Amino acid sequence: MNERERIRQRITAIIAEQAMLDPSEVRMEMTPQDLGIDSLGLVESIFAIEEAFDVSVPFNANEPDKSEFDISSVGAIVAAVESLVEAKERA
Amino acid sequence: MSGQAGLRRVAITGAGTINALGHDVPATLEAFREGRCGIGQLEFRDVERLTIQIGAQVRGYDPQAHFNRQQITLYDRFTQFTLLAAKEAVAQSGLSFQGELGLCSGVVLGTAGGGLNTWDENYRVVYEEGKNRVHPFVVPKLMNNAAASHVSMEFGLRGPAFSVSTACASANHAMGLAFQMIRAGAAKVMLTGGSEAMLVFGGVKAWEGLRVMSKDACRPFSANRNGMVQGEGAGVFVFEDWDHARARGAEILAEVVGFAMTADAADIVMPSAQGAERAIAGAMADARLAPETFGYINAHGTGTAANDKTECAAVAHAFGPHADRVMISSTKAMHGHVIGGTGAVELLACIMALRDGVIAPTIGYEEPDPECALDVVPNEAREAKVGAVLSNAFAFGGLNAVLALKRA
Repeated sequence: MNERERIRQRITAIIAEQAMLDPSEVRMEMTPQDLGIDSLGLVESIFAIEEAFDVSVPFNANEPDKSEFDISSVGAIVAAVESLVEAKERA
Repeated sequence: MSGQAGLRRVAITGAGTINALGHDVPATLEAFREGRCGIGQLEFRDVERLTIQIGAQVRGYDPQAHFNRQQITLYDRFTQFTLLAAKEAVAQSGLSFQGELGLCSGVVLGTAGGGLNTWDENYRVVYEEGKNRVHPFVVPKLMNNAAASHVSMEFGLRGPAFSVSTACASANHAMGLAFQMIRAGAAKVMLTGGSEAMLVFGGVKAWEGLRVMSKDACRPFSANRNGMVQGEGAGVFVFEDWDHARARGAEILAEVVGFAMTADAADIVMPSAQGAERAIAGAMADARLAPETFGYINAHGTGTAANDKTECAAVAHAFGPHADRVMISSTKAMHGHVIGGTGAVELLACIMALRDGVIAPTIGYEEPDPECALDVVPNEAREAKVGAVLSNAFAFGGLNAVLALKRA
């Protein structure tokens, strides 16, 4: 399994747990709203992602849509975490 | 003279504070008039490990200048702030609680975190430093009612004495209860308000987790706002039976005329406009005053998108067509969010509006937000004569508490 796939699976698992769904039900194009994840759920998911990948996610719950971190869909979150992990490895 | 339906009228005859803007009421009011900002770089142990490093700290404060060694051993920072504010308020009122009066006078104070400095220091001792022994006074120092109890002891208040903890609405709930007790004849005088001293590593770290804190500035109602900034301090007032105050010829700073509290019963952090609106309308109804009577609202105005938009919608609904004429400002951009004590520090802006005809501004205001299209008194204080004012507080947990005051 490559790095990309590994990240994708971890994030899917984190989001599925938050949404109380089976990971197989979580699709990349789904939005937090589709998954029934509210603002508090989102903050908790971001925290779990930070812990899982040992990265710091630039996410402001005050206005999530305006954060530097794209949370518009599961796929967007995966892509954003990939670049954070890459940046961490380059550092 | 009694009020409606045999209820007693309630006068404010003393005010005291210590906060980032000043160590007493005159200094704080001067800062309000000047639109001065008390927010700056935080200074305390381990601050470099925080993502959020700004706050409105009380500066130039030396506990030893006010308290002796034994007192400092027993008083957490939040208790010290409370006692200093209470002394200023009682001195202004000219009251002495010896004899009969002490028996029918009390104290009700708000705080969210209580003795957080004490928790923080002593967790560090046992967890980080691995010590197995703590100071014997940890418990009496950290308990939420410590401040209320020390105030009762300091002044000999032997009637109702307790603390209220409803997060950011604590002080407003406390003052509302003090008002209701005096109005109902259950007490002659109540010392009331609130205090908070949460600016320690653990306190700010906990708030960081929620990701609603601003890294750079508090800009309530401004389109480019990005969160709240914490402050610390205390505000204490003397609420007194109106007839009692008049009979002794006391100077009355303002009259407390209404109070309402509601619960959103919806979400632990996201506020509801309906819950806020019911509290605002409730306070006006309790005061038996129409919206047109009110010239100023001291907003909860935290500078988070969730609060500011919800609060403006609630005010717009509750005030109807008069919403365009009422001034509303958030002083949190100056003294920070004093959490459980915030409503008390903010009540000073209400009293200043009524007594001095000066409306404290919302500083840090940069860009209009169409969702907050009210007169937010941007950046500069304004002279205006107002006859009645409201003070809003909306807490996490969906708990809303609004006070109504009238010019004395």
